[in-house]
Amino acid sequence: MPDTLAGLLQVGALIAALALCYRPLGTYIAHVFTSERDLRVERGIYRAVGIDPRGDQAWRTYAVSLLAFSVAGLVLLYALQRLQDHLPWSLGLPDVAPDLAFNTAASFVTNTNWQAYSGEATMGHLVQMAGLAVQNFLSAAVGLAVAVALIRGFTRSRTGRLGNFWVDLTRGTIRVLLPLAVVAAVALILLGVVQNLSGGVDATTLTGGHQTIPGGPVASQEAIKELGTNGGGFFNANAAHPFENPNPVSNLFEVFLLLLIPVCLTRTFGVLVGDVRQGYAVLAAMAVIWVIMLAAVWAIEAAHPTTAYDVVGAAMEGKETRIGVPGSALFAVSTTGTSTGAVNSFHSSFSPVGGGLLMLNMGLGEVAPGGVGTGLYGMLVLAILTVFIAGLMVGRTPELLGKKLRAREIKLVALTILTMPLLVLGFTALALSLPGPRESILNTGPHGLSEVLYAYLSGANNNGSAFAGLSANTPFYNITIGLAMLLGRFVPIVLVLALAGSLASQVPVPRTAGTLPTRGPLFVGMLAVVTFIVAGLTFFPALALGPLAEGL
Amino acid sequence: MSLTSTLRGGLTQLAAAARFLGVLTVLLGLAYPLALTGFARVVVPHRADGALVERDGTVVGSALVGQSFAGDASYFQSRPSAAGDGYDPLASGASNLSPENPDLVATVRQRIADVAAFDGVDPAEVAPDAVLASGSGLDPHISPEYAEQQVARVARTRKLAPATVRSLVADSTTGRTLGFLGEPRVNVLELNLALDGLED
Repeated sequence: MPDTLAGLLQVGALIAALALCYRPLGTYIAHVFTSERDLRVERGIYRAVGIDPRGDQAWRTYAVSLLAFSVAGLVLLYALQRLQDHLPWSLGLPDVAPDLAFNTAASFVTNTNWQAYSGEATMGHLVQMAGLAVQNFLSAAVGLAVAVALIRGFTRSRTGRLGNFWVDLTRGTIRVLLPLAVVAAVALILLGVVQNLSGGVDATTLTGGHQTIPGGPVASQEAIKELGTNGGGFFNANAAHPFENPNPVSNLFEVFLLLLIPVCLTRTFGVLVGDVRQGYAVLAAMAVIWVIMLAAVWAIEAAHPTTAYDVVGAAMEGKETRIGVPGSALFAVSTTGTSTGAVNSFHSSFSPVGGGLLMLNMGLGEVAPGGVGTGLYGMLVLAILTVFIAGLMVGRTPELLGKKLRAREIKLVALTILTMPLLVLGFTALALSLPGPRESILNTGPHGLSEVLYAYLSGANNNGSAFAGLSANTPFYNITIGLAMLLGRFVPIVLVLALAGSLASQVPVPRTAGTLPTRGPLFVGMLAVVTFIVAGLTFFPALALGPLAEGL
Repeated sequence: MSLTSTLRGGLTQLAAAARFLGVLTVLLGLAYPLALTGFARVVVPHRADGALVERDGTVVGSALVGQSFAGDASYFQSRPSAAGDGYDPLASGASNLSPENPDLVATVRQRIADVAAFDGVDPAEVAPDAVLASGSGLDPHISPEYAEQQVARVARTRKLAPATVRSLVADSTTGRTLGFLGEPRVNVLELNLALDGLED
């Protein structure tokens, strides 16, 4: 079978699998967040921690609960790493240094999973299981809660109350993420992903060399790492490692897992606002961007117009034999279009323009289809901007789903959109202007700039993938990328919750002939174009100095 | 809401958050992974432990993890590796070099010359994966093209008929799953074990 056809069939199988899950899972998640009934285990949790599950919170209280929960997660994860040497299952690994422990705690609590450390050489089994993997669940549940809160901003009126953060967090974890993760982990185990508590097995190779074959609870972590769009590898090589991703079936399954919830959440949105076609419109805009990015990256990697690959005839540096070019391009576009950041190939060795497109994909704000929750609320923020721009063109007060978009809403949207670029470009400029941080760069010339730009794009967008030539485990990068991750996560979250509160307090306006329909192809096209224009205008100069200067 | 009441509310929330985190850590951080470890141990113990390969009672590696064959002409060679000093499973990773990096271009040209001389083939015929390192540094596979490139050299060194070696290569070759997933590939450790097995 020709390579291109095989690659297309692979993409087709992925889309078919997602389509099959779209309605049942999306509708189920909508039910989870509207059900009046608590499960017995949930009631047990509420009793144990002393929460009134019926307490409806205004946006400020919702935000304070969310931030308090994230602070607690940050402290626990930091402590687990700093005390590793004194805890069981440490595999004899020492305590993690303070700056690296801060960076890693910020990274996992913000759903980023940027890894300035090498998993097999730094983290024992207890920190991986009880520290990192727990945040893989909880950071995704937080994202889910914010998305649901924003939807309630549209569906509720004259209240300002957004629901209960603790209930949303618990339900997202217990009813959505945990059952899906169990099923996914079982499937991964059956597909050959390792799952044990071994401290490593000594092997004598055929030529008399020595290898230590590592172990660990990999499949259980891999499942939630992809499902929760986290991306932090158990091992340094992430999903390129044959223990995390042993064959082409596990590879496609992992891409499916990382796209699953973000895609199906558009259905949840449609169901909750009482018009599933609204959900289709948001999904269509996400899909348009994903398809354009995939086609471009795949075509460039297949054509490999670069010096080293012209010499040998294929772009296989940093790519695995079993996965090949199409499977690597598919994973790379999906992982940077969500906030996952897992990799099955190393983006720094992509053709420069291909690597630049992966950076742009993050620069779009990761909305194709975005992280768990973050993708949906990111796209809804862009939808508000789109309606606003359209409203300016025809001179009408813009409205979306029966809610007026007044100065307050547009200010919150503008601040949300501006936060990430400010962090990315500010920190990149700072790092490049100081001599110390420049020494961390591996590749000289424009690619060196790309390494630093990629790092902050990845951090501020809570992606976690890297142009990994950059030696990022220094106090400067650990602290600045840690701050980029925290601010890039929580500033937009607070702004989006404020937006939700503002929308929920409004009196709905009736649809009129002047209302812009937000479910047809016209709106889908405008939304995709606005997404590209916002990021394009923001990042084109930086991308021109990095990947474009290198590749063209 | 005033600032002080927000702060006081925040402290109450923090206490609730700590309790929540404790309960969920036990569930998600211990019960979940340990239950799955138990499941794996019962259902697929061999694979869950890393598909370890034994010969004469000694572990010689993992079917999933590549290893170096140290330029021994009687063995099929793996891809170049950026994991530690090469195929170190405790240091998985890639070179992260840009394809425009002059160092990588020079390295690739040198490897082409070395591999062509080693395998006795035309430099223009050298397979891409013979000179480019994988993402994990632990790639257990090579392409069928790179395997074919090595057949004559291995057969000559082992004094075997090329057809014999070629049939072992075919035995260790996996095609695309369902005809379209992934890429055709040859498991190098499995192939070399089969070669050694011929002499027993």
